[in-house]
Amino acid sequence: MANDGVDKGRRRFLTATTAVVGGVGVVAAAVPFIKSWQPSARAQTAGAPVEADISKLEDGQMLMTEWRGQPIWIIRRTKAQLDALPGLDPLLRDPKSENAEQQPAFAQNEYRSLKPEVLVLVGLCTHLGCAPKLHAELKPEPFDADWKGGFFCPCHKSRFDMAGRVYSGVPAPTNLVVPPYKFVDDDHIIIGISEGAA
Amino acid sequence: MNRLTRAMTDLQGWFNDRAPSFGPFYRKHMTEYYAPKNFNIWYIFGVLSMVVLINQIVTGIFLTMHYKPSAAEAFASVEYIMRDVDWGWLIRYMHSTGASAFFVVVYIHMFRGVMYGSYKKPRELVWVLGMLIYLVLMAEAFLGYVLPWGQMSFWGAKVIISLFGAIPYVGGALTEWIMGDYLPSDATLNRFFALHVVALPLVLLLLVVLHIFALHEVGSNNPDGVEIKKGPKGNRWSPTAPADGVPFHPYFTVKDTFYTGFFLIICAFILFFEPTAGGWFLEHDNFVEANRLVTPEHIKPVWYYTPFYAMLRVVPDKLLGVLVMFGAIIVLFFLPWLDRGKVKSWRYRGTGFRVAIFVLGVCFVWLGKIGAGPGTDPVETIVGRVLTVLYFGFFAFLWAYTYFGWEKTKPVPERVTGHD
Repeated sequence: MANDGVDKGRRRFLTATTAVVGGVGVVAAAVPFIKSWQPSARAQTAGAPVEADISKLEDGQMLMTEWRGQPIWIIRRTKAQLDALPGLDPLLRDPKSENAEQQPAFAQNEYRSLKPEVLVLVGLCTHLGCAPKLHAELKPEPFDADWKGGFFCPCHKSRFDMAGRVYSGVPAPTNLVVPPYKFVDDDHIIIGISEGAA
Repeated sequence: MNRLTRAMTDLQGWFNDRAPSFGPFYRKHMTEYYAPKNFNIWYIFGVLSMVVLINQIVTGIFLTMHYKPSAAEAFASVEYIMRDVDWGWLIRYMHSTGASAFFVVVYIHMFRGVMYGSYKKPRELVWVLGMLIYLVLMAEAFLGYVLPWGQMSFWGAKVIISLFGAIPYVGGALTEWIMGDYLPSDATLNRFFALHVVALPLVLLLLVVLHIFALHEVGSNNPDGVEIKKGPKGNRWSPTAPADGVPFHPYFTVKDTFYTGFFLIICAFILFFEPTAGGWFLEHDNFVEANRLVTPEHIKPVWYYTPFYAMLRVVPDKLLGVLVMFGAIIVLFFLPWLDRGKVKSWRYRGTGFRVAIFVLGVCFVWLGKIGAGPGTDPVETIVGRVLTVLYFGFFAFLWAYTYFGWEKTKPVPERVTGHD
């Protein structure tokens, strides 16, 4: 083994390959630690999408369920309620639902829903998280003599229309949140997952 | 007496035989570290931040003995510390007030560096390591603020974590990965606790050691920005040491001890009479337990983040706002290379620099005030935008001012002023 000459090429090759193999090992070993930060199986189960049966939901009625600790409202709107929506635009803060954080892309439309008549909302006021009350009928109310149906928050008097759009001049800054959801069939909705999403 | 002296000498010899590098190490960093003799009061804040760091570590260790890192128990355990643990209220307030004290001294320490050009060659590495300390400190303070699991802990965490959601494509998955859930929860609190008490303190201590080692390699700057190592040699202690340097120990350790006492008196006053500083050090909302269904009226961070939070809020686009906010911190890393002026201290720099540094200070404080407010006043938003532009303008101006040679500097003295 008494060899005076050092094979520099061989030494460089061995250094490089050792570094590469070692680097791959470090990356592979890091995976479990990084993955351990993902929502655990328990968190995933608790946050899983929920299904709601809307076959018995009549016109003008509201059904409540829960997803990820938030109250979810499902409302079947009447034709009168839907017809009143476009006329309200001048009174609203964000009539075209331009704030993309308040609804999935599919709900950025006139009715803020997949099907015009079925409205799905997170039932928390965007002001301080109170629970707004449904005042569905188009009749004069103490808080609005020309009421076209919608939600009224008793805490700080924020008003929303029958698409969850916020009126101007109330404390709530944004429209009510539409959660991701999709229809399984005409009578069943899954909340927590969007159409087309995995 | 003779016997005792001999025993001590023997022990010292025994040590030196086995660890011959300890003695020279101590001398290099203490008794033979020659610091400029013209240090003024601005030079106490590095040591003070060490004092606060030790306070945070000691009080933090004792807090972990009573605190429960779970969403169900955290808030109650902090109240338990405050009410039922003997002297628990003092230890908790020493820790929470200490966090604000840390940022007070660190901000002054950083401003000192800009005033006297301490970031310039050959001290770029000292500056960059210091900036890394500042970055880790901000993360550490944020994680710590989440632990009491009050309303502002929860909602502050939600807002800050959602900033990562602004990153295109991976944002959503990234926020879930950080939280370990779909909203700040038990999993989030638990991992933040681990990071706050183990991971980041280790990183912080390592960086502080590197910061000081890097400084001791090149030597301290001083209010005149004169390199004492390039000046004449020979002082009372060594013929080869800089003539304008005095040993760090005992000369500056004594001075620093005096000012530490002064500083601790101020801290004690705050601690005993106004530990929450009227909502500036601990916000009122954080004395209410976290509730994911109830949003606080105004979600705002603690004062030491508010200048950057204001920048985030005055930019209309979310992603752009996040970039501006982080950019405001990242740009500081590049200060040694943006400023190409050879003169270090503002004493001898051009009027433009003196004005600019004053404007920078005003921007920082005013943005801090805006960031701490509700953010609903449209006039304030406009003011905030102007201040944000001026903040970044400082760095652009400084580069142009020095790169194109517009700066008219005054002659720098050969030696530090008042050197005899």
